[in-house]
Amino acid sequence: MAFIDYYKILGVSKSATDKEIKTAYRKLARKYHPDLNPDNKEAEQKFKEINEANEVLSIAEKRKKYDKYGKDWKHGDEYEKAQQQQRRQSRQQSSQQGFSNEEYSDFFESMFGGGGSSYHQSQSPKFKGQDYNAELHLHLKDVYTTQKQVLTVNGKKIRLTIPAGVENGQLIKIKGKGGLGINNGPNGDLYIKFIVDNHTEFKREGDNLYKNVNLDLYTSILGGEITVDTFNGKVKLKITPETKNESKVKLKGKGFPMYKQEGKFGDLIITFHIVMPADLSEKELELFRELQKIKEDE
Amino acid sequence: MNETHLIAAQTLCSHYNIEVSFVNALNELGLIRIEIIEQNLFIHQDQITDLEKIVRLHKELNVNLEGIDVVFNLLEKEKELRNELNALKNRLRLYEND
Repeated sequence: MAFIDYYKILGVSKSATDKEIKTAYRKLARKYHPDLNPDNKEAEQKFKEINEANEVLSIAEKRKKYDKYGKDWKHGDEYEKAQQQQRRQSRQQSSQQGFSNEEYSDFFESMFGGGGSSYHQSQSPKFKGQDYNAELHLHLKDVYTTQKQVLTVNGKKIRLTIPAGVENGQLIKIKGKGGLGINNGPNGDLYIKFIVDNHTEFKREGDNLYKNVNLDLYTSILGGEITVDTFNGKVKLKITPETKNESKVKLKGKGFPMYKQEGKFGDLIITFHIVMPADLSEKELELFRELQKIKEDE
Repeated sequence: MNETHLIAAQTLCSHYNIEVSFVNALNELGLIRIEIIEQNLFIHQDQITDLEKIVRLHKELNVNLEGIDVVFNLLEKEKELRNELNALKNRLRLYEND
């Protein structure tokens, strides 16, 4: 268990007055308050730390004890006795106010017991249940079709329909599937963020898919027909003569399904990469020289 | 609006330890929309998250109501920017690992 320097956390000196501590705490609370830093776990952790520091340093009795035993908290019978007594008091206090001990570090608990009067929680008893946040990793192939999944969130099974075409990073809200409401209040909501991993040869932007296709020199010059793999099967594609390197063709409706628009699809955009012939035989080289000569004579 | 989703303002006020006049002020500023049915004030349950946030910002950080309005607007803008950033990151993946 590491020693936590509460003065350092609040950025004040050990001789700071109560007013200085209060000012420092308020300034940091305004900076790191979770309502002002949504989805920022770092700020949430920092807010807990500054709350904990304020919890100790703003109460003269606790501050005195911290100053006296802080660094040497592992030693001293007297400290042990005080600790036990404080634990009993704090347990009574926490059961009255319904705090979670997770709000405090092990260091705090070792000195002051379970939970004190959290500034953040004591003034507004909760009515609506807590909102839950979860991340769901899916493969690009999974989100090509609508699918049903059963998720277990906090021990509860939730049936979830994931519409085809869901975007990477998209957040959906499932109403009432968060924490239980208090005093018959509504339940919190469950927010699921989709992380779509793409290990395919296709790249995706919105509903459109992009793919690179290699084309041999002869087909690119003379034209022809090739078979291309799309996301849901093969298609035959006509290559026009004298197709240039990096030229693109659009296959309408062969892209990704549009989110919540059944039967509608984006496009597949194919970029041709012309592959130069290698390991040419003497005869091939001769023919190329002939072609070169024709070009020069023109 | 389905009345089963409405919660009496009086009930919420006693739970959050706030005055009805505070809720009225929020309504006037456009931060919370209240419904009046037979002279009683109600708040839709969808707005409870915002109400809780407002109460916390007001009580814990001493932010006044105009300040909260500014904070909400900035948070909304930040959310839009995060969505835009996410869309741009997805777009950037088109050009990565070529």
